[in-house]
Amino acid sequence: MRALYRGVLKRELALAFQHRAELVQPLMFMLMVVTLFPLGIGPGPETLQRIGPGVIWIAAILSSLLGMERLFREDFQDGSLEQLMLSGLPVSLIAAIKVFTHWLVSTGPLLIMSPLLAMFLNLTLDMYVALLLTLLLGTPLLSFVGAIAVGLTVGVQRGGILLALLLIPVFIPLLIFATSAVDSAALQLPYLPQLAIIGAMLLLAIAVSPFAIAYSLRVSQN
Amino acid sequence: MTGLVATSLTCIKRDRVLFENLNLQLQTGELMYLRGPNGAGKTSLLRLLTGLSMPEAGEVTFNHAPVQHSESQFYRQSIYLGHKSGLSSALSALDNLTYWCAQHQVTVTESQIVNVLDVVGVTGLEDIPVAMLSAGQQRRVALARLWLKPARFWVLDEPFTALDTAGVALLETTFKKHVDEGGAIITTSHQPLSARAGTHRYFDLEYRF
Repeated sequence: MRALYRGVLKRELALAFQHRAELVQPLMFMLMVVTLFPLGIGPGPETLQRIGPGVIWIAAILSSLLGMERLFREDFQDGSLEQLMLSGLPVSLIAAIKVFTHWLVSTGPLLIMSPLLAMFLNLTLDMYVALLLTLLLGTPLLSFVGAIAVGLTVGVQRGGILLALLLIPVFIPLLIFATSAVDSAALQLPYLPQLAIIGAMLLLAIAVSPFAIAYSLRVSQN
Repeated sequence: MTGLVATSLTCIKRDRVLFENLNLQLQTGELMYLRGPNGAGKTSLLRLLTGLSMPEAGEVTFNHAPVQHSESQFYRQSIYLGHKSGLSSALSALDNLTYWCAQHQVTVTESQIVNVLDVVGVTGLEDIPVAMLSAGQQRRVALARLWLKPARFWVLDEPFTALDTAGVALLETTFKKHVDEGGAIITTSHQPLSARAGTHRYFDLEYRF
């Protein structure tokens, strides 16, 4: 456990700090996409409120895809991943820690930025609370499921588009439940069922995906 | 048979058979020098031996257990250095080696790492990002792992690449010392090993069509 903390977690955080400019890019992308909608569709408060949750969630999915390649690419190219896999530590735990830190440094700022986005799109307080909860439960799901595909495509040159093609269909259920939760909140209806479903998907992903990621990384080493 | 044993290994890359039914045995106190032309499968063989990739047929065992299994303890007793240095270019040499030692569960202090960097000839450069170092210096930082981890089995893929003559001499004398102390080394190189490296056994791979 100490080895995982001192050798993997601290290293990931140090690397993230070195690459902070790269981490800001997906956030700027998200901010810009969300800003473009009121300009393109017109600033009618009702329209914006209607499309707001969907816009924020689609932007979140796209921006997370943008930053996801970072997860294993560099470590794969410079050989750090080989050394990690030969350290004798369980590869699934290494993968889980890498995904968790990636989520923390890429989504943490997004959550901090979210009130601003909610104001842009004229969301009510109830809607914002629901949105924040779906983002809290949903974005780690994006990272854990996405990491499987990143592991598979890490050896491929320019795997970015392939990654998007593989992952966007998988994220559709999440998008549906997340936006439906915020819609329910807008109508003052309970949205716990949707949250529960997202939570269940997240728990399943946390339990299963580290093993799938480990396997995909092994395949990529072949 | 103890040690690192490969039995009837077959490796196929892109529909080309690199080798078939290959048997190899590496015991402690032995330096094995793997020879073969480009594309003969030296790197593939070394990656199979460490369990990084899976053979098409056959198996690799260490002390009677498959290398990947934790019961073989192979990863606690071995170091693999490949073509890729395994150093993150954004981090300093000191940070890279500190994290590597933590991952491999080797307890070292910062001053020990600095001393080892001194031995491999990268004095005073431990705090700057690895990307700023020359290829030879990066190779020396990567090789510093051999001094840090008390591992018996060394699997080295062209360790002499980018090293100057002093570096080659240092590495060869280290090979001899390690083997004399009961270690085992399997290495590839395109330059023949000199007498400094001590006695060694050849293992030849042929290029197949």
